[in-house]
Amino acid sequence: MSDPGRLRRELRALLAHGSDALALDRLCAGAVSALPVDGAAISLTTDAGGRGYTGASDPVSAHLDDLQFTLGEGPCWDAARHGHPVLVGDLTGQAARRWPMFTPAVLAAGYQAIFAFPLQIGAIRLGILDLLRVRPGPLDGDALADALIVADVATLTLIDTAAVGSRGHGDPLSGPGPDIFGMYRAEVHQATGMVMAQLGVSAQEALVRLRAHAYAAGRTADEVARDIVARRLRLDGGRLG
Amino acid sequence: MGQEQKLSEAFVSLADSLVADYDVADLLHRLADHCVTLLDIAAAGLMLADQRGNLQVVAASSETSRLLELFQLQHDQGPCLDCYRGGTAVSVPDVQQAADRWPVFAAETQAAGYHSVHALPMRLRDDVIGTLNLFGTRPGRLPDADARIGQALADVATIAILQERAIRHHEMLAEQLQHALTSRIVIEQAKGVLAERGNLDMAQAFDRLRRHARNTNTRLTDLARGIVDGTVDSTTVVTPQPRHQPPDPPPSPRAPAT
Repeated sequence: MSDPGRLRRELRALLAHGSDALALDRLCAGAVSALPVDGAAISLTTDAGGRGYTGASDPVSAHLDDLQFTLGEGPCWDAARHGHPVLVGDLTGQAARRWPMFTPAVLAAGYQAIFAFPLQIGAIRLGILDLLRVRPGPLDGDALADALIVADVATLTLIDTAAVGSRGHGDPLSGPGPDIFGMYRAEVHQATGMVMAQLGVSAQEALVRLRAHAYAAGRTADEVARDIVARRLRLDGGRLG
Repeated sequence: MGQEQKLSEAFVSLADSLVADYDVADLLHRLADHCVTLLDIAAAGLMLADQRGNLQVVAASSETSRLLELFQLQHDQGPCLDCYRGGTAVSVPDVQQAADRWPVFAAETQAAGYHSVHALPMRLRDDVIGTLNLFGTRPGRLPDADARIGQALADVATIAILQERAIRHHEMLAEQLQHALTSRIVIEQAKGVLAERGNLDMAQAFDRLRRHARNTNTRLTDLARGIVDGTVDSTTVVTPQPRHQPPDPPPSPRAPAT
């Protein structure tokens, strides 16, 4: 049985302890212990469309993640391009045709299933989480729910690390947790768009600023978003309409 | 137009869309509109399971914040959640009678002016992937004929989301569900940009977005993404294009930010 609350707490505990530079490695290791998978890797895409910081649970997963970028094909690319997960429970099937160079390399490394999840919030695209498994077969319901939660935690951690950096105080990892439920509210996404227009920044930067404002004010992102949408608050310091 | 004719036109138009390269967000909004035209109800919305155990709204017949809130509340309680979990239709002819079962939902629904609620499951074989939610302004049962048409529309929504006539396995289902949910978030982000640029409320922002998509023959989600990515100039979307329709009427007093 999937227990989303517990999984989020465990992942956050992993992230909070240790050096920031290896946070994504720890998150990947956490994914491998929490999910029925044998390897995990995260690649972040840069604004320029290139590849930035990465993390992995082990060197083989890191290598296979790298290889997709070298070859220019693989589930990572497809998940990034289409903006939805790419789930292949059996790489011996049609996947061989889909990724003619990448698939044989994964099989040779001993994995028969691969699952790629975009780290994204609407139009904000941060990177990809890759999960590898030795045994073929689909990710079942609970495992899929847990994988989506790992992707959510990775996404919000990246946003909140930037939010804290922009303010220089407040630690989202020591608080009650990224209020992930706030991300289910339409107002957070609407407010992201409004802040984009107010500050002339990207969607990613706008969400970072919104969450930074919330941390600094000791409020939830959801509360701040409602105020922005209701035009009770502007983040550009301008006059309220 | 007679009811029969409206009904056949709605299904013909939906069927036409399904064989072409359609945008799932746009099609689901049209489907919600059809519910209001064809059924004895006042508002409709579609909620999808996000596969983390929650229901998310993906389309509604009206984008007023008041209505969207009634869907969002069902994250925790309400007929949609019960319909989703039980896999069968849940009908509440008089919301007042449901105050014990769903206190917050019942109160907010009545405050918004609705008195009956019906939730129909969106089913794919053994899975329930979401629900179609119908709100009426008067208490009363959903007539049998309406329940059948509503379920047919819910089934069309399921097919539209899956985008494949014969979905082969759970993996494809998961991919398409997440795709539809992400489309909805992109649309919310774009609504925010337009609301700020044009000093519009969220329902007006959505109307501009939808109208511009139609006028320029652009997919709704692609236009929304272009606005958020900055590849589409949002001022052209906020400012109605005179070539395609008459100018806006003089501005009315701004609607309260609902």
